[in-house]
Amino acid sequence: MKAAWAATMLLAGTGMAYAEDTTQYHAADAPVPGAVTHLGNIMPVMMDQSSWFHGILEQAEGRYAPAGTDFRWDGEVWYGTDYDRLWIKSEGTLEKGHLSDGQQDILYSRAISTYWNLQGGVRVDLDDGPTRTWGAFGIQGLALYQFEFQATGYVSDRGRFGARVEGSYDFLLTNRLILQPQAEFNLYTKSDPARQAGAGLSDIDAGLRLRYELWRKFAPYVGVTYSGHLTQARRIVRDQGEKPGSVRFSLGIRSWF
Amino acid sequence: MRSGFPAPFPGFQLMSNSFDPMRPLTRRRFVTSLGAGACLSALPHKAQASTRASTGLLPLTPSNAWDLKVSRTHISLDGKSMHAPNIGGTVPGPILRWKQGETVTLNVSNALNETTSIHWHGIRVPSNMDGVPGLSFAGIPPGKTFSYRFRLHQSGTYWYHSHSNMQEAMGLYGAIVIDPIRPDPNACDRDYVIFLGEWTDVMPHDIVSNLKMQDDYYVFRQRTAASFPKEARDAGGAMAALKDRLAWSRMNMAATDIADVSGAIYTYTLNGNAPDMNWNGLFRPGERVRLRFINGATMTLFDVRIPGLEMLVVQADGNDVEPVPVDEFRIGVAETYDVIVQPKEDRAYTIFAQSEDRTGFARGTLAPRPGMSGLIPPMDPRPVRTMVDMGMGNMKPGESMDHMAMPGMDHGSDMKNMPGMDMSHMDMSHMGHMSMPKMEIDDPGPPPISVENQNVAMMPIDRTNSPGDGLENNGRRVLNYGQLRATRPGADRRPPSREIILHLTGNMDRYIWGFNGRKFSESGPIRLKKGERVRFTLINDTMMEHPIHLHGLWSELENGQGDYRPYKHTIISQPGSRMSYLVTADIPGMWAYHCHLLYHMDLGMFRTVVVS
Repeated sequence: MKAAWAATMLLAGTGMAYAEDTTQYHAADAPVPGAVTHLGNIMPVMMDQSSWFHGILEQAEGRYAPAGTDFRWDGEVWYGTDYDRLWIKSEGTLEKGHLSDGQQDILYSRAISTYWNLQGGVRVDLDDGPTRTWGAFGIQGLALYQFEFQATGYVSDRGRFGARVEGSYDFLLTNRLILQPQAEFNLYTKSDPARQAGAGLSDIDAGLRLRYELWRKFAPYVGVTYSGHLTQARRIVRDQGEKPGSVRFSLGIRSWF
Repeated sequence: MRSGFPAPFPGFQLMSNSFDPMRPLTRRRFVTSLGAGACLSALPHKAQASTRASTGLLPLTPSNAWDLKVSRTHISLDGKSMHAPNIGGTVPGPILRWKQGETVTLNVSNALNETTSIHWHGIRVPSNMDGVPGLSFAGIPPGKTFSYRFRLHQSGTYWYHSHSNMQEAMGLYGAIVIDPIRPDPNACDRDYVIFLGEWTDVMPHDIVSNLKMQDDYYVFRQRTAASFPKEARDAGGAMAALKDRLAWSRMNMAATDIADVSGAIYTYTLNGNAPDMNWNGLFRPGERVRLRFINGATMTLFDVRIPGLEMLVVQADGNDVEPVPVDEFRIGVAETYDVIVQPKEDRAYTIFAQSEDRTGFARGTLAPRPGMSGLIPPMDPRPVRTMVDMGMGNMKPGESMDHMAMPGMDHGSDMKNMPGMDMSHMDMSHMGHMSMPKMEIDDPGPPPISVENQNVAMMPIDRTNSPGDGLENNGRRVLNYGQLRATRPGADRRPPSREIILHLTGNMDRYIWGFNGRKFSESGPIRLKKGERVRFTLINDTMMEHPIHLHGLWSELENGQGDYRPYKHTIISQPGSRMSYLVTADIPGMWAYHCHLLYHMDLGMFRTVVVS
């Protein structure tokens, strides 16, 4: 055991000097298989391996238009420990009784660094359009400057590829009044007219929302949102006789538990 | 007046049988002083007794046999109700007065429906009497009684608390006063326990769960657009303020991260009294009054002062120190300080204990007559963390950014040549006159940036002569650790034969805490040989204070006082600092070693120290 300790000497009069570059680091509390840190199965601390359960509805909003108001939701729930969690993400838009953009993900999430998680699982496009199933793999976390970021790549049951990139940022105007720009992009390798998806950058859903945190877990907001199709998808949507994009005034509630 | 206690407390009976016209807080006074809080008086008899909190008065004589009943009581304070575990129906529990040299017997009966335990904080006991389930014993099951029995080798001010399932965070704690055998060098006319704490109706598990989802859940003092003009003025320009913000933002950290849990949910208490209940301690002008401050909080460091009075610090963590006159001191969670004041004027003096993050304060009054109130000073500005707290030494924010940009923090062998890493702080003057034996060093090296660690203190500095963040240059004489000098030389003159370096680490964003980048459940025990003399060196890589408590063994703080280094049981490690203390492993057994911010402890900043 002694041999494993750092070969470091205290030299009289000259202060501490480390042995040349051969210093071997050794932690006094290094994990040792079979070492006893507590009696029986009684843990002296209870929560360091606990599982936690939370869910958040980032968006639950009405998007106003004279011809009819759409309802949009975007949120997730997760359950698990510091390292291993199960995520369920859900988003969709309800317009005139028609459900679109319904993307539901079930992901296993593994913490891999200070701020980042790897996520893998399944996405199902579940709405009034044709159902598609995708394998999903991506990252989620906090980029520099406290920028929330998610990027997920998908491969479909029909051998197609897609990607979704999302980001948001909280500007604190005051401690409770928070301005949040947010954007989500969807990309595909091939078009899928039945789902109004085009090859390349297909659609974008973005918003600038101003929320007031009455409580941490309950914040009404007002916002301006844009939802639209781009490039090839834009033509597809036009050909189907629909508007390819619109800016809407939105009212909603951000809440979590 | 004390008839509400369900179990016989010898000390209390003596007190209740006596009549003291100067008693500061009779029950009638308490009830009538509640004013708007009159609902308290409508509670059932026992609950009413419980909310009476503590007078801070010691039992008149020490006793060596105590029956302590742990149960739950509905307690309401400042509009916040909790069915709180406690001892004897009060929060804090009864003040236990013992006598040095005697053997005390403490019969703790558990009327909860879960396991409980009592840990005697700072008391040197055999390890099976230390009261930590999983290390000392199995805990006290529901309906059972456990008899603690140990001889008292020490004297001074200490405290006790549960070490089970966050019961301490909800109210299971109280004060211990041990009378010295030899005449007390600090004899006083009056003697009060000042037990500082917090009260909330939010359950500990919910608090931690909220912090797991949002680490600044309880912080409402962030830097915002609205606060920018003031920051710009303070920083000497908008660009400087912006640069500082970007530096912190780039690190995904907040300079405003002072306390994890704040006055947003906590009511800060003094002897169990909310500030508006105005605890009273009486004095006659000219008398010497001893105040035994105990920080029994869960997550709050307090900055204590009594405007208009000089405080003479005479004891730290139960051990006498050479008196230090101060205007203010910071008391970390689980520390104790005894101070002597001598109010000369016939007026009220406010005991003012503001939380480190300045979101609230505990308050009481020293007064010549009951019911008086002194002026309550405004709270100081909340501290703001700097690059010193990040372990960047004294670099300016602009300079530090280059270092933060180093991907993965390549801290190989060059680290050892950095000026901040030299060992000049290690009390070499003290060691100079001794032979220099080879010393084994357990150096874990800088902890890697990982899921469980957010930062590496590149240039940790000695901060023992700093009173702490928010107290520097505030115009008052504020106690610092360097001023603590024991009244007698340490008992063990041997130099350490081994050094154990530990990094205090954490990831605020995920709300994970540990040592050396690991949680408790991922770490082995720290093994000491019985009789071994060890130097513990703490490097704080986090940006928060951590009051580190070693059970069972003294921590002799190496603060430049040579052989007169103070003996402590809990030591604040300041953010970005490197400090050390000596330990003689003289009692065998398994000992808990942990941060006394309870949520840090319970999330992993905890180790088992095995002495064998």
